[in-house]
Amino acid sequence: MAAGGHSPLEQFEIKQLIPLNAGGVDISFTNSALWMVIAIAAATLLLTMGMRGRAMVPGRLQSLAELSYEFIANMIRDNAGSGGKPYFPFLFTLFFFILFCNLLGMVPYSFTPTSHIIVTFGMALIVFIGVTIIGFAKNGLGFIRLFVPSGVPIPLLFILVPIEIISYFVRPISLSLRLFANMMAGHTMLKVFGGFVISLGFVAGWAPLAFLVALTGLEIGIAMLQAYVFTILSCLYLHDALHPGH
Amino acid sequence: MEAEAAKLIGAGLATIALAGVGVGIGNIFGNFVAGALRNPGAANRVFGNVLLGFALTEAVALFALVIAFLILFAF
Repeated sequence: MAAGGHSPLEQFEIKQLIPLNAGGVDISFTNSALWMVIAIAAATLLLTMGMRGRAMVPGRLQSLAELSYEFIANMIRDNAGSGGKPYFPFLFTLFFFILFCNLLGMVPYSFTPTSHIIVTFGMALIVFIGVTIIGFAKNGLGFIRLFVPSGVPIPLLFILVPIEIISYFVRPISLSLRLFANMMAGHTMLKVFGGFVISLGFVAGWAPLAFLVALTGLEIGIAMLQAYVFTILSCLYLHDALHPGH
Repeated sequence: MEAEAAKLIGAGLATIALAGVGVGIGNIFGNFVAGALRNPGAANRVFGNVLLGFALTEAVALFALVIAFLILFAF
């Protein structure tokens, strides 16, 4: 795509750092896995170091850890109801994994694990299957009430129920596609405008550079927003599973 | 028409979806500003929903982008 043979899509290549093989299945430690490990390590470090002091009046780092807890706890309470409390560890982990993966991807020369559809699809599938199982476990066959909204005239139901069922099964696709497309498109745009800066050189390169600075700020905002949206949608799907037909 | 030319035209046509997305996002924030001017105290409370609505609408734009990429590179 650009001069010098570097494509803006090269940044998404999976590189095997430690080739491993388990009976014909490739389980190498890749750059994607490395950055996921770094994301988990950073999140764990932030939370354990933050809560180490256990002061009654929290300092800065402890405040950060406590605010993160409250943020997710409030989100679950407001969107999934009181029945959602047992699922707090999962949703907390989900939010901070996506958040740190997205944010660490903004570091130059790093890799964004969530810019691959298989990563986001894996997470979305876990949420979808988990929520469906929870729905059937808590409500039995009454879970089907989710597809039959109350107060709908009978003739309309024949059209509405298939639409509701289809849109239910589209959930993991839209959930994963949203995060994946945001990350991939954002990083591709950054690379393309970076290429413009270099190719326009000293004379006119400042214009794409200014845009690139603004775009980087926007991408950091989008990184945080997409983590929030993924998690809050998971909370809403959990609410649907716990109280179908509301 | 050769496949390559058809792909380029198809990818270009896929961006028509962005018109609807532009209207949608403008709608969300326009309503938020109008509501916030009427009731400033409630503005902070509802901003979370504004961001959620924005992200969901933005997702439709990105679905169109994915379709454009699929047409260009996968077929």
